Amino acid sequence: MADHDHTEPPSDTALRVKALESLLLEKGLVEADTLDAIIQLYEHNVGPQNGAKVVARAWSDPDYKARLLADATPAIAELGYGGVQGEDMVVVENTSDVHNLLVCTLCSCYPWPVLGLPPVWYKAAPYRARAVSEPRAVLKEFGVEIREGVEVRVWDSTAELRYMVLPERPAGTEGLGEDELAALVTRDSMIGVALVEST
Amino acid sequence: MNGIHDMGGMHGMGPINPEIDEPVFHADWERRMFALWTAAFAAGMYNDNEFRFAIESRSAEEYLSESYYQHWLVCMEKVLIDKGQFTRADLEAVWANAPGTGASGGGAGSGQALPADQVIPVFMGGASARIDADVAPKFKAGDAVVARNINPAGHTRLPRYLRGKGGTIEKDHGVFGFPDSMAHGEGETPQHVYCVRFDAREVWGESAPARDSFYVDMWDDYLDPA
Repeated sequence: MADHDHTEPPSDTALRVKALESLLLEKGLVEADTLDAIIQLYEHNVGPQNGAKVVARAWSDPDYKARLLADATPAIAELGYGGVQGEDMVVVENTSDVHNLLVCTLCSCYPWPVLGLPPVWYKAAPYRARAVSEPRAVLKEFGVEIREGVEVRVWDSTAELRYMVLPERPAGTEGLGEDELAALVTRDSMIGVALVEST
Repeated sequence: MNGIHDMGGMHGMGPINPEIDEPVFHADWERRMFALWTAAFAAGMYNDNEFRFAIESRSAEEYLSESYYQHWLVCMEKVLIDKGQFTRADLEAVWANAPGTGASGGGAGSGQALPADQVIPVFMGGASARIDADVAPKFKAGDAVVARNINPAGHTRLPRYLRGKGGTIEKDHGVFGFPDSMAHGEGETPQHVYCVRFDAREVWGESAPARDSFYVDMWDDYLDPA
């Protein structure tokens, strides 16, 4: 390093990430244990299984559902969920008249505490470009046909509010308990690109 | 900025390709990258808006060809250099496989490593972008508004497809910091954020279904009375 010739970054992305990690560790800007704890949290503990429990509770308890739709953040916190990218939550309800769909056209805003980290397609250009301008065509590609009389509402997450869809409870699930109901609820149904099926 | 990131309504982006049983991360380096970014974020080394602007500032070619976590990598390097946490020379020394030659020692900026037992509560607690400031709202639910036709070269969260379009205030979400100033170190500029409803036809024309709509959150400075 006698002169200051420009050093190019490694072409291998994994090596370049390793270099950044080495530098941050060396400078005391991050700690190795912290990195491992973050990975554990978001790869295993936080995910759509959390949102599914919120949905199952709302389907089972009308008072809870009312609280959830009126002010989602404290209602979600009742089940122990909250935190980064979910500090200010709004839950929108699918009904026989309204179908809600979530997108972030500008980046990748997504409600981490209840849905985990977003899938690649949610962050990628095709979905972000089309969800606002042709939501019904997008829904059809996901296998969801919306009747003409139903209003499609697209929620573009441009600010710091984070959204989650409360899907419609499928027919034939009247006898099911909360755990059984939660098992039916998919990530996609809480984004709004799928319906919940009873089997 | 009127960048490639502002994609609402664009054509030609190809098919949507959902992956069946998609894993949370697709490679170990994505796992490490996510953890590095979030640890530095939790330690206060940058705010969301600064980071979003760095990503938006990738060229259109880079933006479309790089993967999501590749954006995070190159932008995290850039933002931390800009913030004085380390220098380009520090990074080049590591790239040249000579770690430990960085002359500047510890971090110079506001960031400081958080240990694991402190960082998890930060994530579970979160940090709302709400600001406890006594700012009067310019609008109330039911007001007819028009999204301003602004075209700033800096960061904004007002998508192009809505500029100049008319909508209705649905709800006042309260007071938040303003991304257009926070991305550039120009302060929080606290103001109200509203949920605004737009009819699909107002934005996309007569071919859009009459009943369809969308809802977008907007700051006071993005709106004029209709």
